[in-house]
Amino acid sequence: MDIADVKSKLEQAFPGIALRPVRDTLLMENAKDIVKIAQFLKDSPDYQLDYLSSLTGADYLEYLEVVYHLYSMEKKTGPLVLRVRVKHDHAQVPSLVSVYRGAEYQERETYDMYGVVFENHPDPRRIFMWEGFEGFPLRKDYQQEDSETLEMEDIEWLEKHGIPVPQDLSAKAEELKKLGRRAVAQKPGQPEPE
Amino acid sequence: MEKTFAVKDTMDTQTLEINIGPQHPSTHGVFRMNMVLDGEQVVSLKPVMGYLHRNHEQIAENISYTSSMPYTDRLDYFNSMSNNFAYSLAVEKLANIDVPERAQYIRVIMAELTRLVNHAAVIGFLLNDLGAFFTPVLYAFREREKIVDIFEEVSGSRMMCNYFRFGGVKLDMSPAILTRVKEIVKNFPKFLDEFEALLTRNEILCMRCQNVGVLPPELAVSASITGPMLRASGVNYDIRKVDKYSIYDRFNFRIPLGLKGDVYDRYYVRILEMRESLKILEQALDQIPATGELVSKKMVPFLKAPRNFKPPVGEAYGRVESPKGELGFYLVSDGTPQPWRYHVRAPSFINLTILEDLCIGHKVADAIVILGSIDIVLGEVDH
Repeated sequence: MDIADVKSKLEQAFPGIALRPVRDTLLMENAKDIVKIAQFLKDSPDYQLDYLSSLTGADYLEYLEVVYHLYSMEKKTGPLVLRVRVKHDHAQVPSLVSVYRGAEYQERETYDMYGVVFENHPDPRRIFMWEGFEGFPLRKDYQQEDSETLEMEDIEWLEKHGIPVPQDLSAKAEELKKLGRRAVAQKPGQPEPE
Repeated sequence: MEKTFAVKDTMDTQTLEINIGPQHPSTHGVFRMNMVLDGEQVVSLKPVMGYLHRNHEQIAENISYTSSMPYTDRLDYFNSMSNNFAYSLAVEKLANIDVPERAQYIRVIMAELTRLVNHAAVIGFLLNDLGAFFTPVLYAFREREKIVDIFEEVSGSRMMCNYFRFGGVKLDMSPAILTRVKEIVKNFPKFLDEFEALLTRNEILCMRCQNVGVLPPELAVSASITGPMLRASGVNYDIRKVDKYSIYDRFNFRIPLGLKGDVYDRYYVRILEMRESLKILEQALDQIPATGELVSKKMVPFLKAPRNFKPPVGEAYGRVESPKGELGFYLVSDGTPQPWRYHVRAPSFINLTILEDLCIGHKVADAIVILGSIDIVLGEVDH
């Protein structure tokens, strides 16, 4: 799908809209525009992008991104890739469920993994992780706990409940506490420096 | 003196909340449905998933491109070949790799054999949910065994095939195996006729499946439903025809469509799709070149040293028509040996979006059948 063509059509329909082509995709500078743009592309007889194939997030360190792949089942064309960028600390994007029902679970998944809050989502809960889980696992700064190493808090809890703790585990925990570090698991297969 | 009795002409009923799963044979894995029932009718249904969640995407973002290939097998463990296919397509788009002729044919043969396995088995399981306990499944599994034996011979594994490589396939198919595939293709219609004689006009099956879980086409499109479920609702959308990926433009086949979009249509569309797959297989087996390269020359050096494979900076979305629907992989490369972003668009996860809409107003037993007709695999739903 021709990005320049879509861009000029959208600028015609919504004067003053901020769009920027990124590779062969279209970036919306203002995340709030996504609903009206999606509705326009869905209804417009030129595009009829009635099918939201994929909705997902990505973490680019300075910002979070939400990527939409739109196709047309009617015209058998596509994809048109839209993206919005938001900051980590106020990651809020309007929900597309009112336009595409298929966004419902995919937005929940993106919230679960990246912490992007979708405004006006009918059921904004986590989907894979359990209730009360802290953190967003697919953000690049997420650190996974090492399940085999205990921390001082765990040892205190165990001792309070009268469960004996092996000496080496508590020694390791004390060492970690001295260093002021948490028990973090190593990532599988970090690239070796070349 | 007149006596009055307080008699109400309506009866108060209470709703009842029940859980089905996660450990329940008819949820096809560790899947939970939180139902609210009024009598036996479903008032609300909330799926709960994530019991099998292992953050496939994060693991793949920390290992090299090639290392994720065996891991894609574990997504939809019934159709590992289609998962391999989608992932290879995405990487090939990203790094701009061509696939040699013979490898293309082998890929298509494998993908269509997978479709036969999946559709036969899922119809069997659907009948299990209907109460035809294990007879149809065993008929289907008898055929599945023959195909799975082929997979074992070409790839070394029955289910976790890990057979595709970027730009080709791992090993060649010997003439002996090709002859056996031809035999399977020749005999499969007999099995289908037998299967249909048992099921298609079966009165119990018709009564339980017709007009149950009707999915209107507008909702199906809007809810991003794909695969046989979408086509059972009468929407003509098959990625093999639309994208013409690989070499699907060379084959002559048709797309079966349903009329109503009920459970019965989903059953019958799958039967017809198997017949179309057989047509593709016949043509592919006729056309396949006798010899040829298996992996594109560009990719040969990376077979032994996969960490040297660094696709150029960019992004790609590769999708195939897997037996369950549109399976897509979204990859972002930053020029290092591992992907910066790796996302799986899992068809059975997204097809679950409308489970509640389909089940409301039906009985509990019908909800089980509707879930069976969606065809989910929890490895894929939970990533």
